[in-house]
Amino acid sequence: MTTALKRYGLGVLAIAVSIVVFIIPLLFMVLTAVKDRKEAAKLDFAWPTNFQFVENFTAVLSARKFMLVTAFINSTILTVVSVTILVILAAMVAWVLQRRKSRWNGVANFLILSGLIIPPAIVPTIWVLQGMGLFKTLPGLILIEVAFGLSFCVMLFRAFIASIPKELDEAAVIDGCGPVRLFFRVIFPLLRSVIVTVIVVQSVHIFNDFQNPLYFLPGDANATVQLTLFNFQSQFTTNYNLLFMNILLITVPPFIMYLFFNRQIVAGMTAGAVKG
Amino acid sequence: MTLNTAPTATAVRQVPQAAQPKRRKGKSAYPYWFYLPAAVIYTALFLVPTVVSFFFSLTRWNLNEFTFIGLDNFVQFFQEPALIRGLTNTFIYGIVTSVLKVVLGMLLAVLLTSQIIARGYLRSVMFFPVLLSSIGVGIVFTALMDPRNGMINEGLAAIGIQGPAWLTDPAWALLSVALVDVWKGVGLATVIYIAGIVSIPQEYFEAAKMDGASSFKSFFNITLPLARPATATVIILSLIGGLRSFDLIWAMTKGGPGFTSDVIASVIYKQYQAGFYGLSTAGNVVLFLIVTAIVLPLSMFLNRKEVEQ
Repeated sequence: MTTALKRYGLGVLAIAVSIVVFIIPLLFMVLTAVKDRKEAAKLDFAWPTNFQFVENFTAVLSARKFMLVTAFINSTILTVVSVTILVILAAMVAWVLQRRKSRWNGVANFLILSGLIIPPAIVPTIWVLQGMGLFKTLPGLILIEVAFGLSFCVMLFRAFIASIPKELDEAAVIDGCGPVRLFFRVIFPLLRSVIVTVIVVQSVHIFNDFQNPLYFLPGDANATVQLTLFNFQSQFTTNYNLLFMNILLITVPPFIMYLFFNRQIVAGMTAGAVKG
Repeated sequence: MTLNTAPTATAVRQVPQAAQPKRRKGKSAYPYWFYLPAAVIYTALFLVPTVVSFFFSLTRWNLNEFTFIGLDNFVQFFQEPALIRGLTNTFIYGIVTSVLKVVLGMLLAVLLTSQIIARGYLRSVMFFPVLLSSIGVGIVFTALMDPRNGMINEGLAAIGIQGPAWLTDPAWALLSVALVDVWKGVGLATVIYIAGIVSIPQEYFEAAKMDGASSFKSFFNITLPLARPATATVIILSLIGGLRSFDLIWAMTKGGPGFTSDVIASVIYKQYQAGFYGLSTAGNVVLFLIVTAIVLPLSMFLNRKEVEQ
Protein backbone atom coordinates (compact mmCIF):
# COMPACT_ATOMS: atom_id res chain seq x y z
CA MET A 1 0.00 0.00 0.00
CA THR A 2 2.71 2.41 0.94
CA THR A 3 4.59 1.75 -2.28
CA ALA A 4 1.50 2.49 -4.34
CA LEU A 5 0.91 5.63 -2.32
CA LYS A 6 4.50 6.67 -2.84
CA ARG A 7 4.41 5.83 -6.53
CA TYR A 8 1.30 7.85 -7.28
CA GLY A 9 1.23 10.36 -4.45
CA LEU A 10 4.80 11.53 -4.87
CA GLY A 11 4.45 11.33 -8.64
CA VAL A 12 1.39 13.55 -8.73
CA LEU A 13 3.00 15.97 -6.31
CA ALA A 14 6.15 16.11 -8.44
CA ILE A 15 4.13 16.69 -11.59
CA ALA A 16 2.21 19.51 -9.93
CA VAL A 17 5.40 21.19 -8.75
CA SER A 18 7.05 20.73 -12.13
CA ILE A 19 4.11 22.42 -13.84
CA VAL A 20 4.33 25.45 -11.56
CA VAL A 21 8.10 25.72 -11.62
CA PHE A 22 8.99 24.75 -15.18
CA ILE A 23 5.96 24.55 -17.48
CA ILE A 24 4.32 27.85 -16.53
CA PRO A 25 7.40 30.03 -17.17
CA LEU A 26 7.92 28.34 -20.54
CA LEU A 27 4.27 28.63 -21.42
CA PHE A 28 4.27 32.24 -20.29
CA MET A 29 7.07 32.89 -22.76
CA VAL A 30 5.18 31.27 -25.64
CA LEU A 31 1.88 32.96 -24.81
CA THR A 32 3.41 36.40 -24.45
CA ALA A 33 5.14 35.98 -27.78
CA VAL A 34 1.81 35.68 -29.61
CA LYS A 35 -0.08 38.42 -27.76
CA ASP A 36 -0.60 41.97 -28.92
CA ARG A 37 1.39 44.74 -27.36
CA LYS A 38 -1.17 45.85 -24.80
CA GLU A 39 -1.93 42.41 -23.44
CA ALA A 40 1.73 41.46 -23.32
CA ALA A 41 2.51 44.54 -21.22
CA LYS A 42 0.26 43.23 -18.45
CA LEU A 43 2.70 40.34 -17.94
CA ASP A 44 -0.28 38.13 -17.16
CA PHE A 45 -0.52 34.40 -17.55
CA ALA A 46 -3.62 34.58 -19.67
CA TRP A 47 -4.81 33.18 -22.96
CA PRO A 48 -4.29 35.84 -25.68
CA THR A 49 -7.57 37.30 -26.96
CA ASN A 50 -6.20 37.91 -30.42
CA PHE A 51 -3.37 35.83 -31.75
CA GLN A 52 -0.68 37.84 -33.43
CA PHE A 53 1.77 35.13 -34.29
CA VAL A 54 2.35 36.20 -37.88
CA GLU A 55 2.45 39.92 -37.13
CA ASN A 56 4.89 39.53 -34.26
CA PHE A 57 6.96 37.10 -36.26
CA THR A 58 7.40 39.44 -39.22
CA ALA A 59 7.85 42.47 -36.95
CA VAL A 60 10.70 40.82 -35.09
CA LEU A 61 12.39 39.56 -38.23
CA SER A 62 12.19 42.88 -40.04
CA ALA A 63 13.19 45.00 -37.05
CA ARG A 64 16.30 47.09 -37.62
CA LYS A 65 16.76 46.08 -41.26
CA PHE A 66 16.30 42.35 -40.75
CA MET A 67 18.93 42.28 -38.06
CA LEU A 68 17.66 38.98 -36.66
CA VAL A 69 18.02 37.30 -40.05
CA THR A 70 21.63 38.49 -40.29
CA ALA A 71 22.16 37.29 -36.75
CA PHE A 72 20.77 33.85 -37.54
CA ILE A 73 23.08 33.57 -40.54
CA ASN A 74 26.08 34.67 -38.49
CA SER A 75 25.26 32.36 -35.61
CA THR A 76 24.80 29.44 -37.97
CA ILE A 77 28.16 30.04 -39.64
CA LEU A 78 29.82 30.51 -36.26
CA THR A 79 28.32 27.33 -34.84
CA VAL A 80 28.85 25.07 -37.84
CA VAL A 81 32.42 26.13 -38.59
CA SER A 82 33.69 26.16 -35.03
CA VAL A 83 32.09 22.84 -34.17
CA THR A 84 33.56 21.24 -37.31
CA ILE A 85 37.05 22.50 -36.46
CA LEU A 86 36.60 21.47 -32.83
CA VAL A 87 35.57 17.93 -33.68
CA ILE A 88 38.49 17.30 -36.04
CA LEU A 89 41.22 18.95 -33.96
CA ALA A 90 40.03 17.57 -30.62
CA ALA A 91 39.74 14.05 -32.01
CA MET A 92 43.28 14.25 -33.41
CA VAL A 93 44.68 15.41 -30.08
CA ALA A 94 42.70 12.89 -28.06
CA TRP A 95 43.78 10.02 -30.28
CA VAL A 96 47.52 10.68 -30.07
CA LEU A 97 47.24 11.56 -26.39
CA GLN A 98 45.45 8.32 -25.58
CA ARG A 99 47.63 6.04 -27.74
CA ARG A 100 51.14 7.43 -27.45
CA LYS A 101 52.49 7.59 -23.94
CA SER A 102 55.26 10.16 -23.88
CA ARG A 103 56.77 13.06 -22.02
CA TRP A 104 54.08 15.29 -23.48
CA ASN A 105 51.19 13.51 -21.80
CA GLY A 106 51.71 15.15 -18.43
CA VAL A 107 51.94 18.57 -20.02
CA ALA A 108 48.93 17.95 -22.21
CA ASN A 109 46.80 16.72 -19.30
CA PHE A 110 47.75 19.75 -17.29
CA LEU A 111 46.83 22.08 -20.15
CA ILE A 112 43.49 20.36 -20.69
CA LEU A 113 42.66 20.71 -17.02
CA SER A 114 43.68 24.38 -17.12
CA GLY A 115 41.37 24.95 -20.06
CA LEU A 116 38.46 23.56 -18.07
CA ILE A 117 39.11 25.62 -14.95
CA ILE A 118 40.79 28.91 -15.85
CA PRO A 119 38.51 31.77 -16.84
CA PRO A 120 39.86 33.29 -20.08
CA ALA A 121 41.68 36.62 -19.71
CA ILE A 122 39.50 38.92 -21.77
CA VAL A 123 41.46 42.04 -22.64
CA PRO A 124 44.74 40.21 -23.30
CA THR A 125 42.81 37.94 -25.68
CA ILE A 126 41.54 41.02 -27.49
CA TRP A 127 45.14 42.26 -27.62
CA VAL A 128 46.27 39.01 -29.26
CA LEU A 129 43.35 39.03 -31.69
CA GLN A 130 44.11 42.60 -32.64
CA GLY A 131 47.73 41.69 -33.26
CA MET A 132 46.53 38.94 -35.58
CA GLY A 133 44.11 41.31 -37.29
CA LEU A 134 41.15 39.13 -36.28
CA PHE A 135 39.48 41.32 -33.65
CA LYS A 136 35.82 42.03 -34.50
CA THR A 137 35.80 39.42 -37.25
CA LEU A 138 33.83 36.21 -37.47
CA PRO A 139 36.95 34.06 -38.10
CA GLY A 140 38.44 35.52 -34.93
CA LEU A 141 35.40 34.55 -32.88
CA ILE A 142 35.41 31.09 -34.46
CA LEU A 143 39.00 30.55 -33.34
CA ILE A 144 38.08 31.79 -29.86
CA GLU A 145 35.24 29.30 -29.58
CA VAL A 146 37.59 26.55 -30.76
CA ALA A 147 40.28 27.52 -28.25
CA PHE A 148 37.84 27.64 -25.34
CA GLY A 149 36.03 24.43 -26.31
CA LEU A 150 39.04 22.21 -26.99
CA SER A 151 39.57 20.96 -23.43
CA PHE A 152 36.07 19.66 -22.98
CA CYS A 153 36.00 17.98 -26.39
CA VAL A 154 39.40 16.34 -25.98
CA MET A 155 38.24 14.95 -22.66
CA LEU A 156 35.11 13.41 -24.18
CA PHE A 157 36.99 11.94 -27.16
CA ARG A 158 39.76 10.58 -25.00
CA ALA A 159 37.44 8.61 -22.75
CA PHE A 160 35.84 7.06 -25.81
CA ILE A 161 39.07 6.29 -27.67
CA ALA A 162 40.30 4.35 -24.63
CA SER A 163 37.58 1.81 -25.39
CA ILE A 164 38.72 1.19 -29.00
CA PRO A 165 41.14 -1.78 -29.14
CA LYS A 166 44.67 -0.83 -30.10
CA GLU A 167 44.94 -3.99 -32.24
CA LEU A 168 42.83 -2.21 -34.81
CA ASP A 169 45.51 0.45 -35.31
CA GLU A 170 48.20 -2.21 -35.47
CA ALA A 171 46.36 -4.20 -38.11
CA ALA A 172 45.89 -1.09 -40.22
CA VAL A 173 49.56 -0.13 -39.87
CA ILE A 174 50.66 -3.62 -40.94
CA ASP A 175 48.45 -3.27 -43.98
CA GLY A 176 50.47 -0.17 -44.87
CA CYS A 177 48.24 2.55 -43.54
CA GLY A 178 49.93 5.89 -42.83
CA PRO A 179 48.94 7.90 -39.77
CA VAL A 180 46.68 10.28 -41.66
CA ARG A 181 44.82 7.50 -43.42
CA LEU A 182 44.70 5.43 -40.26
CA PHE A 183 43.12 8.27 -38.36
CA PHE A 184 40.67 9.61 -40.92
CA ARG A 185 39.67 6.33 -42.58
CA VAL A 186 39.83 3.84 -39.73
CA ILE A 187 39.53 5.63 -36.40
CA PHE A 188 37.39 8.66 -37.21
CA PRO A 189 34.40 6.62 -38.45
CA LEU A 190 34.54 4.55 -35.27
CA LEU A 191 34.12 7.66 -33.18
CA ARG A 192 30.69 8.35 -34.64
CA SER A 193 28.64 8.15 -31.47
CA VAL A 194 30.94 10.41 -29.47
CA ILE A 195 31.21 12.81 -32.43
CA VAL A 196 27.43 13.18 -32.40
CA THR A 197 27.58 13.93 -28.68
CA VAL A 198 30.32 16.53 -29.12
CA ILE A 199 28.53 18.17 -32.04
CA VAL A 200 25.23 18.44 -30.23
CA VAL A 201 26.60 19.66 -26.91
CA GLN A 202 29.00 22.15 -28.44
CA SER A 203 26.48 23.50 -30.98
CA VAL A 204 24.00 24.30 -28.26
CA HIS A 205 26.76 25.82 -26.17
CA ILE A 206 28.19 28.02 -28.94
CA PHE A 207 24.78 28.99 -30.31
CA ASN A 208 23.79 30.17 -26.83
CA ASP A 209 27.09 31.88 -26.14
CA PHE A 210 26.72 35.51 -25.19
CA GLN A 211 29.89 36.60 -23.44
CA ASN A 212 32.37 35.81 -26.21
CA PRO A 213 30.45 37.54 -29.03
CA LEU A 214 29.91 40.49 -26.69
CA TYR A 215 33.64 40.93 -26.19
CA PHE A 216 35.15 39.71 -29.43
CA LEU A 217 32.53 40.49 -32.06
CA PRO A 218 30.78 43.72 -31.15
CA GLY A 219 28.95 45.77 -33.76
CA ASP A 220 25.64 45.38 -35.57
CA ALA A 221 27.04 44.03 -38.82
CA ASN A 222 28.32 40.90 -37.12
CA ALA A 223 25.58 40.42 -34.55
CA THR A 224 24.88 36.91 -33.30
CA VAL A 225 21.44 35.85 -32.10
CA GLN A 226 22.17 36.23 -28.39
CA LEU A 227 23.67 39.69 -28.88
CA THR A 228 20.70 40.75 -30.99
CA LEU A 229 18.31 39.58 -28.31
CA PHE A 230 20.28 41.48 -25.71
CA ASN A 231 20.18 44.67 -27.78
CA PHE A 232 16.46 44.23 -28.42
CA GLN A 233 15.97 44.11 -24.66
CA SER A 234 16.84 47.78 -24.30
CA GLN A 235 15.05 48.71 -27.51
CA PHE A 236 11.79 46.82 -26.98
CA THR A 237 11.15 47.60 -23.33
CA THR A 238 7.54 48.41 -24.11
CA ASN A 239 7.05 45.60 -26.61
CA TYR A 240 7.20 42.47 -24.51
CA ASN A 241 5.43 40.52 -27.24
CA LEU A 242 8.21 41.19 -29.76
CA LEU A 243 10.94 40.57 -27.21
CA PHE A 244 9.42 37.23 -26.28
CA MET A 245 8.90 36.32 -29.92
CA ASN A 246 12.61 36.86 -30.37
CA ILE A 247 13.35 34.56 -27.43
CA LEU A 248 10.95 32.00 -28.85
CA LEU A 249 12.68 32.06 -32.24
CA ILE A 250 16.19 31.59 -30.89
CA THR A 251 14.97 28.81 -28.63
CA VAL A 252 13.80 26.77 -31.60
CA PRO A 253 17.22 25.41 -32.73
CA PRO A 254 18.22 24.12 -29.26
CA PHE A 255 14.72 22.71 -28.83
CA ILE A 256 14.98 20.75 -32.08
CA MET A 257 18.38 19.47 -30.99
CA TYR A 258 16.83 18.38 -27.71
CA LEU A 259 13.97 16.55 -29.41
CA PHE A 260 16.26 14.50 -31.61
CA PHE A 261 19.43 14.14 -29.54
CA ASN A 262 18.17 14.10 -25.97
CA ARG A 263 20.20 10.99 -25.15
CA GLN A 264 23.48 12.28 -26.61
CA ILE A 265 23.15 15.63 -24.88
CA VAL A 266 22.65 14.02 -21.50
CA ALA A 267 25.49 11.55 -22.19
CA GLY A 268 27.88 14.34 -23.09
CA MET A 269 26.99 16.51 -20.18
CA THR A 270 27.14 13.75 -17.59
CA ALA A 271 30.47 12.38 -18.83
CA GLY A 272 32.70 11.93 -15.84
CA ALA A 273 29.87 11.62 -13.35
CA VAL A 274 30.51 7.96 -12.77
CA LYS A 275 34.27 7.79 -13.04
CA GLY A 276 34.94 11.22 -11.63
CA MET B 1 50.07 11.75 -10.69
CA THR B 2 50.66 11.79 -14.42
CA LEU B 3 52.93 14.77 -13.99
CA ASN B 4 55.23 12.73 -11.77
CA THR B 5 55.46 9.68 -13.97
CA ALA B 6 56.19 11.59 -17.16
CA PRO B 7 59.88 12.46 -16.53
CA THR B 8 60.88 8.91 -15.58
CA ALA B 9 59.18 7.50 -18.66
CA THR B 10 61.09 9.84 -20.91
CA ALA B 11 64.39 9.05 -19.25
CA VAL B 12 63.93 5.42 -20.16
CA ARG B 13 62.74 6.13 -23.64
CA GLN B 14 65.42 8.53 -24.66
CA VAL B 15 67.97 5.75 -25.05
CA PRO B 16 66.42 3.83 -27.95
CA GLN B 17 65.28 7.06 -29.48
CA ALA B 18 68.80 8.34 -29.65
CA ALA B 19 70.02 5.06 -31.11
CA GLN B 20 67.74 5.09 -34.12
CA PRO B 21 66.12 8.48 -34.39
CA LYS B 22 65.19 8.42 -38.07
CA ARG B 23 63.23 5.17 -38.06
CA ARG B 24 61.14 6.13 -35.07
CA LYS B 25 60.35 9.54 -36.33
CA GLY B 26 59.02 8.39 -39.66
CA LYS B 27 57.16 5.34 -38.49
CA SER B 28 55.06 6.18 -35.46
CA ALA B 29 51.41 5.67 -36.19
CA TYR B 30 50.67 8.47 -33.74
CA PRO B 31 52.57 11.51 -34.99
CA TYR B 32 53.07 14.47 -32.71
CA TRP B 33 52.10 16.90 -35.44
CA PHE B 34 48.51 15.86 -34.78
CA TYR B 35 48.79 18.09 -31.73
CA LEU B 36 49.99 21.01 -33.78
CA PRO B 37 46.84 22.74 -35.11
CA ALA B 38 45.03 22.48 -31.78
CA ALA B 39 48.16 23.52 -29.89
CA VAL B 40 48.67 26.61 -32.04
CA ILE B 41 45.09 27.86 -31.56
CA TYR B 42 45.06 26.99 -27.87
CA THR B 43 48.42 28.61 -27.22
CA ALA B 44 47.73 31.79 -29.16
CA LEU B 45 44.22 32.45 -27.88
CA PHE B 46 44.21 30.90 -24.43
CA LEU B 47 47.67 30.31 -22.97
CA VAL B 48 49.36 33.49 -24.19
CA PRO B 49 46.53 35.76 -22.98
CA THR B 50 46.47 33.97 -19.63
CA VAL B 51 50.20 34.40 -19.13
CA VAL B 52 50.41 38.01 -20.31
CA SER B 53 47.39 38.92 -18.18
CA PHE B 54 49.68 38.71 -15.15
CA PHE B 55 51.93 41.33 -16.67
CA PHE B 56 49.26 43.67 -18.03
CA SER B 57 47.39 43.58 -14.72
CA LEU B 58 50.33 45.59 -13.38
CA THR B 59 49.98 48.34 -15.97
CA ARG B 60 47.79 51.15 -17.14
CA TRP B 61 47.06 50.09 -20.66
CA ASN B 62 45.20 51.01 -23.85
CA LEU B 63 46.11 47.95 -26.00
CA ASN B 64 48.85 49.90 -27.78
CA GLU B 65 50.98 51.31 -25.03
CA PHE B 66 51.26 50.68 -21.34
CA THR B 67 52.69 52.28 -18.23
CA PHE B 68 53.92 50.03 -15.49
CA ILE B 69 52.18 50.97 -12.24
CA GLY B 70 52.97 48.02 -10.00
CA LEU B 71 50.20 46.69 -7.82
CA ASP B 72 48.01 49.81 -8.04
CA ASN B 73 45.25 48.00 -9.92
CA PHE B 74 45.02 45.31 -7.27
CA VAL B 75 45.12 47.88 -4.49
CA GLN B 76 42.20 49.61 -6.15
CA PHE B 77 40.42 46.30 -6.49
CA PHE B 78 40.59 45.70 -2.77
CA GLN B 79 39.84 49.28 -1.73
CA GLU B 80 37.01 50.61 -3.84
CA PRO B 81 33.70 49.56 -2.24
CA ALA B 82 32.09 48.76 -5.60
CA LEU B 83 34.89 46.37 -6.48
CA ILE B 84 34.99 44.73 -3.05
CA ARG B 85 31.26 44.18 -3.33
CA GLY B 86 31.88 42.43 -6.63
CA LEU B 87 34.38 40.19 -4.91
CA THR B 88 32.13 39.13 -2.04
CA ASN B 89 29.16 38.77 -4.37
CA THR B 90 31.15 36.34 -6.50
CA PHE B 91 31.66 34.09 -3.48
CA ILE B 92 28.03 34.38 -2.40
CA TYR B 93 26.78 33.63 -5.90
CA GLY B 94 29.12 30.68 -6.38
CA ILE B 95 28.33 29.14 -3.02
CA VAL B 96 24.56 29.68 -3.11
CA THR B 97 24.17 28.24 -6.60
CA SER B 98 26.46 25.27 -5.92
CA VAL B 99 24.85 24.32 -2.62
CA LEU B 100 21.34 24.57 -4.01
CA LYS B 101 22.27 22.59 -7.12
CA VAL B 102 23.90 19.85 -5.05
CA VAL B 103 21.03 19.54 -2.58
CA LEU B 104 18.17 19.89 -5.06
CA GLY B 105 19.94 17.83 -7.71
CA MET B 106 20.49 14.99 -5.26
CA LEU B 107 16.91 15.03 -3.98
CA LEU B 108 15.45 15.18 -7.47
CA ALA B 109 17.73 12.39 -8.67
CA VAL B 110 16.67 10.14 -5.79
CA LEU B 111 13.06 10.96 -6.59
CA LEU B 112 13.53 10.28 -10.30
CA THR B 113 15.32 6.97 -9.76
CA SER B 114 12.57 5.74 -7.41
CA GLN B 115 9.43 4.03 -8.61
CA ILE B 116 7.24 7.08 -9.20
CA ILE B 117 5.04 7.74 -12.19
CA ALA B 118 5.93 10.06 -15.09
CA ARG B 119 9.68 9.88 -14.57
CA GLY B 120 10.43 10.43 -18.25
CA TYR B 121 8.31 13.55 -18.37
CA LEU B 122 9.82 14.96 -15.18
CA ARG B 123 13.34 14.31 -16.35
CA SER B 124 12.79 15.97 -19.73
CA VAL B 125 11.02 19.01 -18.40
CA MET B 126 13.64 19.59 -15.75
CA PHE B 127 16.55 19.25 -18.12
CA PHE B 128 15.19 21.46 -20.90
CA PRO B 129 16.14 24.84 -19.31
CA VAL B 130 19.79 23.75 -19.44
CA LEU B 131 19.61 24.21 -23.20
CA LEU B 132 17.98 27.64 -23.12
CA SER B 133 20.08 30.73 -23.61
CA SER B 134 20.92 32.63 -20.44
CA ILE B 135 19.81 35.88 -22.03
CA GLY B 136 16.41 34.48 -22.92
CA VAL B 137 15.92 32.98 -19.48
CA GLY B 138 17.09 36.24 -17.91
CA ILE B 139 14.54 38.31 -19.85
CA VAL B 140 11.66 35.92 -19.14
CA PHE B 141 12.41 35.92 -15.42
CA THR B 142 12.89 39.67 -15.33
CA ALA B 143 9.28 39.84 -16.49
CA LEU B 144 8.13 37.17 -14.05
CA MET B 145 9.90 38.88 -11.17
CA ASP B 146 8.49 42.31 -11.92
CA PRO B 147 7.71 43.73 -8.47
CA ARG B 148 4.40 45.33 -9.48
CA ASN B 149 2.64 42.98 -11.85
CA GLY B 150 5.06 40.07 -12.23
CA MET B 151 3.52 36.63 -11.96
CA ILE B 152 5.70 35.49 -9.08
CA ASN B 153 4.55 38.22 -6.74
CA GLU B 154 0.95 37.90 -7.91
CA GLY B 155 1.13 34.21 -7.18
CA LEU B 156 2.61 34.84 -3.77
CA ALA B 157 -0.01 37.47 -3.02
CA ALA B 158 -2.71 34.94 -3.87
CA ILE B 159 -1.54 32.76 -0.99
CA GLY B 160 -1.09 35.73 1.29
CA ILE B 161 2.63 36.35 1.03
CA GLN B 162 4.03 39.77 0.26
CA GLY B 163 6.85 39.01 -2.20
CA PRO B 164 10.05 41.06 -2.19
CA ALA B 165 10.88 43.46 -5.00
CA TRP B 166 13.33 40.85 -6.36
CA LEU B 167 15.65 42.47 -8.89
CA THR B 168 15.04 46.04 -7.82
CA ASP B 169 15.63 45.39 -4.12
CA PRO B 170 19.36 45.69 -3.31
CA ALA B 171 19.08 42.97 -0.68
CA TRP B 172 17.42 40.53 -3.05
CA ALA B 173 18.89 41.28 -6.49
CA LEU B 174 21.88 38.94 -6.34
CA LEU B 175 19.90 36.18 -4.68
CA SER B 176 17.15 36.48 -7.29
CA VAL B 177 19.64 35.98 -10.10
CA ALA B 178 21.19 33.08 -8.21
CA LEU B 179 17.76 31.44 -7.90
CA VAL B 180 17.17 31.79 -11.64
CA ASP B 181 20.61 30.29 -12.21
CA VAL B 182 19.56 27.31 -10.09
CA TRP B 183 16.29 27.04 -12.04
CA LYS B 184 18.26 26.88 -15.26
CA GLY B 185 21.02 24.56 -14.02
CA VAL B 186 19.40 22.14 -11.61
CA GLY B 187 18.47 19.80 -14.46
CA LEU B 188 22.12 19.24 -15.27
CA ALA B 189 22.95 18.48 -11.64
CA THR B 190 20.01 16.08 -11.56
CA VAL B 191 21.03 14.08 -14.62
CA ILE B 192 24.61 13.88 -13.35
CA TYR B 193 23.32 12.49 -10.04
CA ILE B 194 20.99 10.11 -11.86
CA ALA B 195 23.97 8.73 -13.79
CA GLY B 196 25.83 8.34 -10.50
CA ILE B 197 22.96 6.66 -8.66
CA VAL B 198 22.13 4.30 -11.51
CA SER B 199 25.71 3.03 -11.49
CA ILE B 200 25.39 1.86 -7.87
CA PRO B 201 24.78 -1.93 -7.86
CA GLN B 202 21.18 -2.68 -6.97
CA GLU B 203 22.30 -5.52 -4.67
CA TYR B 204 23.47 -3.06 -2.02
CA PHE B 205 19.99 -1.63 -1.66
CA GLU B 206 18.46 -5.11 -1.57
CA ALA B 207 20.90 -6.29 1.07
CA ALA B 208 20.25 -3.20 3.18
CA LYS B 209 16.53 -3.80 2.89
CA MET B 210 16.99 -7.41 4.00
CA ASP B 211 18.82 -6.16 7.06
CA GLY B 212 15.91 -3.89 7.81
CA ALA B 213 17.46 -0.54 6.88
CA SER B 214 15.01 2.29 6.42
CA SER B 215 15.08 4.27 3.18
CA PHE B 216 16.69 7.13 5.10
CA LYS B 217 19.45 4.85 6.29
CA SER B 218 20.12 3.42 2.87
CA PHE B 219 20.22 6.93 1.43
CA PHE B 220 22.81 8.14 3.90
CA ASN B 221 24.86 4.94 3.99
CA ILE B 222 24.68 3.77 0.39
CA THR B 223 23.49 6.41 -2.06
CA LEU B 224 25.31 9.38 -0.62
CA PRO B 225 28.79 7.83 -0.25
CA LEU B 226 28.65 5.83 -3.49
CA ALA B 227 27.43 8.77 -5.53
CA ARG B 228 30.49 10.74 -4.46
CA PRO B 229 31.98 11.01 -7.98
CA ALA B 230 28.70 12.58 -9.08
CA THR B 231 28.76 14.95 -6.11
CA ALA B 232 32.32 15.91 -6.98
CA THR B 233 31.35 16.60 -10.60
CA VAL B 234 28.32 18.67 -9.63
CA ILE B 235 30.20 20.74 -7.05
CA ILE B 236 33.17 21.41 -9.32
CA LEU B 237 31.05 22.18 -12.37
CA SER B 238 28.68 24.53 -10.59
CA LEU B 239 31.47 26.28 -8.72
CA ILE B 240 33.43 26.90 -11.91
CA GLY B 241 30.25 28.11 -13.62
CA GLY B 242 29.03 30.12 -10.65
CA LEU B 243 32.26 31.95 -9.91
CA ARG B 244 32.66 32.97 -13.56
CA SER B 245 28.98 33.71 -14.08
CA PHE B 246 28.24 36.70 -16.27
CA ASP B 247 25.48 36.19 -18.85
CA LEU B 248 22.54 35.85 -16.51
CA ILE B 249 23.60 38.70 -14.23
CA TRP B 250 24.23 40.98 -17.16
CA ALA B 251 20.87 40.14 -18.73
CA MET B 252 18.88 40.62 -15.52
CA THR B 253 20.44 43.39 -13.43
CA LYS B 254 23.65 44.60 -15.12
CA GLY B 255 25.09 44.52 -11.61
CA GLY B 256 22.42 46.83 -10.24
CA PRO B 257 20.68 48.34 -8.41
CA GLY B 258 23.79 50.43 -7.91
CA PHE B 259 26.49 47.80 -7.82
CA THR B 260 24.75 45.52 -5.33
CA SER B 261 24.64 42.53 -7.65
CA ASP B 262 27.98 43.04 -9.38
CA VAL B 263 30.28 40.03 -9.57
CA ILE B 264 33.89 39.98 -10.73
CA ALA B 265 32.91 38.99 -14.27
CA SER B 266 30.59 41.99 -14.59
CA VAL B 267 33.20 44.29 -13.02
CA ILE B 268 35.67 43.08 -15.66
CA TYR B 269 33.20 44.00 -18.38
CA LYS B 270 32.37 47.39 -16.90
CA GLN B 271 36.04 48.33 -16.52
CA TYR B 272 36.69 47.14 -20.05
CA GLN B 273 33.83 49.28 -21.37
CA ALA B 274 35.15 52.27 -19.45
CA GLY B 275 38.56 51.78 -21.05
CA PHE B 276 40.41 50.73 -17.89
CA TYR B 277 42.08 47.77 -19.56
CA GLY B 278 44.69 47.31 -16.86
CA LEU B 279 42.10 47.27 -14.11
CA SER B 280 39.89 44.93 -16.12
CA THR B 281 42.82 42.55 -16.60
CA ALA B 282 43.58 42.74 -12.89
CA GLY B 283 40.00 41.62 -12.33
CA ASN B 284 40.69 38.67 -14.60
CA VAL B 285 43.77 37.77 -12.60
CA VAL B 286 41.80 38.00 -9.34
CA LEU B 287 39.10 35.76 -10.81
CA PHE B 288 41.76 33.32 -12.03
CA LEU B 289 43.33 33.16 -8.57
CA ILE B 290 40.00 32.74 -6.81
CA VAL B 291 38.76 30.00 -9.12
CA THR B 292 42.04 28.08 -8.97
CA ALA B 293 42.43 28.55 -5.22
CA ILE B 294 38.96 27.14 -4.60
CA VAL B 295 38.52 24.56 -7.32
CA LEU B 296 41.95 22.89 -7.37
CA PRO B 297 42.18 21.95 -3.66
CA LEU B 298 38.52 21.02 -3.64
CA SER B 299 38.80 18.69 -6.61
CA MET B 300 41.94 17.11 -5.15
CA PHE B 301 40.13 16.61 -1.86
CA LEU B 302 37.05 15.12 -3.47
CA ASN B 303 39.09 12.82 -5.66
CA ARG B 304 41.37 11.62 -2.87
CA LYS B 305 38.41 10.39 -0.86
CA GLU B 306 37.36 8.44 -3.86
CA VAL B 307 40.69 6.59 -4.08
CA GLU B 308 40.57 5.63 -0.42
CA GLN B 309 37.36 3.71 -0.88
